[in-house]
Amino acid sequence: MSEKDKLATYHAPVWSEPVVMELGHPGRRGQIFAAADAKIRKAVGEARSLLPAAMRRRQAPGLPELSEPEVQRHYLHLSQETLGMMGISLFGTCTMKYNPRVSEMVAARPDLAALHPHQPEDTLQGILEIIHSFDLILRELSGMDQFIFQAGGGADAAYTNCCVTRAYHQARGELARRDEIVTSIQAHPCNAATAAAAGFKVVTLQLEENGYPSLDALKAAVSNRTAALLIGNPDDMGIYNPEIREWTRIVHEAGGLCFYDHANFNGVMGKLRARDLGFDACMYMLHKTFGAPKGGGGPAVGAYGCSRALAPFLPTPVVAKTADGYRLDHERPKSTGKIREYWGNVPQVMKAYAWARAMGAEGINEASDLSVLANNYMDKKLGEIRGLSRSNPDVGKWRMEMTRWGLGKLKEETGVGTADVANRMADYGIDPYWMSHEPWIVPEPFTPEAGEMYSKEDLDRWVAVIARIVEEAYADPDLVKTAPHAQAIHRIKSAPLDDPKQWAMTWRAYLAKHRHGQEAG
Amino acid sequence: MRQNEPSAHPWMANSLADIKQAMLKEIGARSVEELFEQIPSSHRLKRPLRLPRQLSSEAELKRHLVDLLAKNENCEENLNFLGAGCWQHHVPAVVDEIVGRAEFLTPVWGSAQSDHGRNQAWFEYASQLGELLAMEVVQLSVYSWGCAIGHGIRMAARLTGRHEVLLPRLIDPERLSVIRNYCEPQEMARHIDVVQIGHDRKTGGLDLKELKAKISARTAAVYFESPGYLGGIEAEGAEIARIARAAGAETIVGADPISLGLLKPPAEYGADIAVGPTQPLGVHMNCGGGVGGYIASRDEERYVREYNGFLVSITETSKTGEFGFSLASAHQTSYGMREAGKDWTGNSVYLWAIANAVYMSLLGPKGFEEVGALILQQAHYAARALARIKGVRIQFPKAFFKEFVVNFDGTGKTVARINKALRRHRIFGGKDISREFPEFGQSALYCVTETHSREDIDRLAAALKEIVGK
Repeated sequence: MSEKDKLATYHAPVWSEPVVMELGHPGRRGQIFAAADAKIRKAVGEARSLLPAAMRRRQAPGLPELSEPEVQRHYLHLSQETLGMMGISLFGTCTMKYNPRVSEMVAARPDLAALHPHQPEDTLQGILEIIHSFDLILRELSGMDQFIFQAGGGADAAYTNCCVTRAYHQARGELARRDEIVTSIQAHPCNAATAAAAGFKVVTLQLEENGYPSLDALKAAVSNRTAALLIGNPDDMGIYNPEIREWTRIVHEAGGLCFYDHANFNGVMGKLRARDLGFDACMYMLHKTFGAPKGGGGPAVGAYGCSRALAPFLPTPVVAKTADGYRLDHERPKSTGKIREYWGNVPQVMKAYAWARAMGAEGINEASDLSVLANNYMDKKLGEIRGLSRSNPDVGKWRMEMTRWGLGKLKEETGVGTADVANRMADYGIDPYWMSHEPWIVPEPFTPEAGEMYSKEDLDRWVAVIARIVEEAYADPDLVKTAPHAQAIHRIKSAPLDDPKQWAMTWRAYLAKHRHGQEAG
Repeated sequence: MRQNEPSAHPWMANSLADIKQAMLKEIGARSVEELFEQIPSSHRLKRPLRLPRQLSSEAELKRHLVDLLAKNENCEENLNFLGAGCWQHHVPAVVDEIVGRAEFLTPVWGSAQSDHGRNQAWFEYASQLGELLAMEVVQLSVYSWGCAIGHGIRMAARLTGRHEVLLPRLIDPERLSVIRNYCEPQEMARHIDVVQIGHDRKTGGLDLKELKAKISARTAAVYFESPGYLGGIEAEGAEIARIARAAGAETIVGADPISLGLLKPPAEYGADIAVGPTQPLGVHMNCGGGVGGYIASRDEERYVREYNGFLVSITETSKTGEFGFSLASAHQTSYGMREAGKDWTGNSVYLWAIANAVYMSLLGPKGFEEVGALILQQAHYAARALARIKGVRIQFPKAFFKEFVVNFDGTGKTVARINKALRRHRIFGGKDISREFPEFGQSALYCVTETHSREDIDRLAAALKEIVGK
């Protein structure tokens, strides 16, 4: 088979599954709960009699009525109608990697799945030991003094940081004055958004030609109103800010804190440490860099680590090791309180610990080597394709673990934009790529991140698909603009999604808006 | 066979010298180290990482993890009566199978077409929860119940331009702490005051007199729960909502969805925004790592435009009669508008939304009625059984769902001591709330669900009788 033929052999399963609300038959059952024991019924009577009359449900909920195998088959079909990284997913900023099945097997055991967070501490020693051991691993990777896992994702960790920042300045009596957080336009939107939601004014620095904001811009932005700096490095364009130490010094001199959004950690694991660069706190995403699954958007963990000076302000509880074993430290009077109930997505922490143990120091170093090598390998090959341009073309140095590319020229010449190309990729069995966070600094952007999992053959195939779609765009632009063509469904109409008269977030809303008239007619 | 090379790691296809060499050659670099040229040498870690020994053998790794976890005791080998926001409900086997599917478990995003099945499952989560709640708009789940309340309060503050929320004093301290962070400290310009309302001494419900006294033109929202933290069903929901509406405030109601086969949906007694936990719908306790929260409302544009996260709408495709699903009103999120967006969003617990969808499809209307009835009857049976023990009293014995407060003052023993003694019977007693709510003396919050049997409850009663009788 020629390379060209190999690229064209994918089609997604088409099950045409109706919405579950339309399935079933009155009286069918997928789960049965036995009636209460006769003795119980005799003692307490009818269930309804135990409820205040005003609070009893009058009409049964309009849920579907299905047998168990019908439910199983419906959702299996939906899973099959999901490409779901079963292709090649180089989704930049998200560090796609293998999610080891062994961790899933272990996490399903009752010794984790059937634990309650309020159990006595002496019955939780195994999981507390895992959490503490993983904390120590992250301390070594970052140079920080304490990690917590309460945040349910990276954005939640950014929010945690804003809450810790508030508590820190509040304790010093400076919170009312220090009401500004400095970030850059290239930082993830969640940094700016969580700062604003925490009550801060957001100061956003723009980028220079070299890919990062200037020291002068930082100096002009920082003052005695600065609460903190929130910044990522390297950024999504694969550019490392070599002045970052100077940045943390300037912010500290003004009395602000420095938070390192380590979303892009994969290329620098084992190579540098946040604390050594002057940061007070940092965040790792366990569902990205540390091999825990993403679940299509969680359950996730933003592991938040900080210096000894900030640790008293962390959300509670903190897992601590004592002479008698592990305990949960709830008594932390300066704590910012909680940002989410309990101690975090504990199974994900276990999976990240498993990943770090399976990789070891040598594996972690190898992974950052491979991810940077793979990105530069892809850069070389993508650079040979017509219509593509690399962000910051004047930056001649090797990029880090991802690079932002643009299809501005392709769009100009063919009318085919990045969303079209992403859609078309799925027709070759390749997961649509990540384009860019808002705002788009590069026109028609896309951001591949190879990571360490994918083989050279996978990377070659990915680049070959881009090359093929570009060929298609020049030869037959409509083919790409109307893509995808080989999926479970055809291209969706997006106009109804922002129209209050048409959008329908539930089946009942859909029936009310779209079927009511028909039935009446 | 290469002699001097370490084994390729099973999770890294390119960790072979010849492949790395070929890639370096392709790009014209001499070494991998050269590729890190952007990082100043003074920024580099100068020594190898000091980490525990590598366990690249799956057999070895599994053994290590299983041995560590075996140091735990779990709620299957012990009889568990802990709830308080994380509850032991039955998780149907099909739910575990579906959320274990790699297509749902591992990916991050995709497109409306390439990941159509996942988007449909999300829409079915919202559609089915919408039926339980009798509401037309349900957002994809947020991190937890507390986070859902926080976002709900902030929605109400934006809708009304007011900066105060009234909520019950009898609320889970975990949730309250989360809420306080969402409402910001007083130093912040948009700080929302949290004002707590006491309870009716007899019923445990909200004190309506105090509510009327404290509500004002400053009030953005009144928040209450049914069932509440201590298990109680709020009988005055309609009256509370009426009082809130009269003051121009939004009514936010927290409701456990597993109760809604029997209990009236919040919308029917006046909720503008409904919030609650999603863990009861087919998610394991996971040591607290199974929690999630829902937010729902009527389908009115003023509400829809204030949601912080993802709303999945049904739409059509270019083929007549074919459905697709994608994000509605998406630009308002922080992804679209950074700091000008509605609060903020990010990864949440979307895999659990699929678990919830499968769970609701399996139960159907009859299943929710059955599970609700079983829980309710067993919980009331348990409360009555415990109340018969000398010195034991139920705090609010009338209207509760699956949780209730057991007071041990008459026994002369502390909850801590009783719970310790229960351990010898392999029982995890209810959560000790004597420090959270000292006015209830030595009290514990007990939770009974469909996973218990009558024998379990009798065993608890017998053990308690023996312990307090000593």
